[in-house]
Amino acid sequence: MPVTDITILLFLGALAAGLLGALTGLGGGAIIVPLLTILFHVDIRYAVGTSLVSVIATSSGAAAAYVKEGYSNIRVGMLLEIATTIGAITGAFIAGLVSPTAVAVIFGVVLLHTAWTSTRPRVDHVAGGPSDPIALRLRLDSTFPTANGPQHYQVQRVPLGFGLMYIAGVLSGLLGIGSGVVKVLAMDRAMHLPFKVSTTTSNFMIGVTAAASAGIYLHRGYIVPGLAFPVMLGVLAGALAGARMLPHVHTQKLRVVFSVLVGALAVELLLNAFTGKI
Amino acid sequence: MGVPHTLITGHSTADDRTEQVVGTVLRLGVLIAAAVTLVGGVLYLMQSGATRPDYHTFRGQLSRLRSLADVARGVAVGNAEAIVQAGVVLLIATPIARVALTLVAFAIRKDRLYALISALVLALLAYGLLGG
Repeated sequence: MPVTDITILLFLGALAAGLLGALTGLGGGAIIVPLLTILFHVDIRYAVGTSLVSVIATSSGAAAAYVKEGYSNIRVGMLLEIATTIGAITGAFIAGLVSPTAVAVIFGVVLLHTAWTSTRPRVDHVAGGPSDPIALRLRLDSTFPTANGPQHYQVQRVPLGFGLMYIAGVLSGLLGIGSGVVKVLAMDRAMHLPFKVSTTTSNFMIGVTAAASAGIYLHRGYIVPGLAFPVMLGVLAGALAGARMLPHVHTQKLRVVFSVLVGALAVELLLNAFTGKI
Repeated sequence: MGVPHTLITGHSTADDRTEQVVGTVLRLGVLIAAAVTLVGGVLYLMQSGATRPDYHTFRGQLSRLRSLADVARGVAVGNAEAIVQAGVVLLIATPIARVALTLVAFAIRKDRLYALISALVLALLAYGLLGG
């Protein structure tokens, strides 16, 4: 296929991925890698490098919109970024050691898990118990704006959250995804941050995590301009359009669509891996 | 002013101001990176639109655009692919700039602990982009 055709098709695919990612709040990164490998027969290493670039674009774009609202917790974010960046660097090194087929299999399993969790409703886990002594010492407790004024919250189980964030970083660096699902798991379930705080802080962190491994991928030649150009601009345009459409769209139905799509891509990716096509 | 409050809740007007500056930097960074990528991409299409690249076979080590110096040299001679890659580098630099700014904000407020934490994150990011 000539460059012009690839560029147009990739731009449209990335646009759709960015749009769906922004509307469901699940990010488009999970779709880019299977899209490139299955539909365009791109080597998974190029696909992972390209996806990582698109993850930084959406995260930074969305984070710029969210930070103004006062939901994100900069201290929690910065502390956990130590874990995610070390994880991302680890992940990028693992990617250099294992076979592309192994990466495809891990990717398929993570996609299946994402498809499964994205349909289930999220519950706020704010328990109101006493803060973790580490959280007090690190001054992690904060407030977030509500209709009834600022609401105080206490941060729990910091070491568990930190450990889960390391795993999120490894997956991000290995697979070129944002790992939003694991990040939210760490902040929602482990640290009991309020829903809006964990979502916005997670989004905030995804770009930093991806930037840690993107540099390593650049040096390895995983990032090629011919793919990065249409995918980065497509995902960005899709994410911006999605953010504008968000108030007018029924997101619950879209999450089901997203879930089915991601599940199908996971199965296809695993089939490709097991039949030796990747 | 507001020191006890900050100690208890971890949130203050200074935090809000930092967030606003950070938000502006993120938006500007993404915008500039996208603009540079678009310019390089359009040039690339004009020059090589009819060629048929093979992305099925991985040849990462043969790429000429793997270091910041390579990219800078390419941009200097107006190489289209190098300009796209420069856009990618600017995009990677955007969240790094965010961490650097947050470090400065913590340092100004004499919050040693968080300035140190930010510096550690920044060092890890620099390692990824420059060393790796």
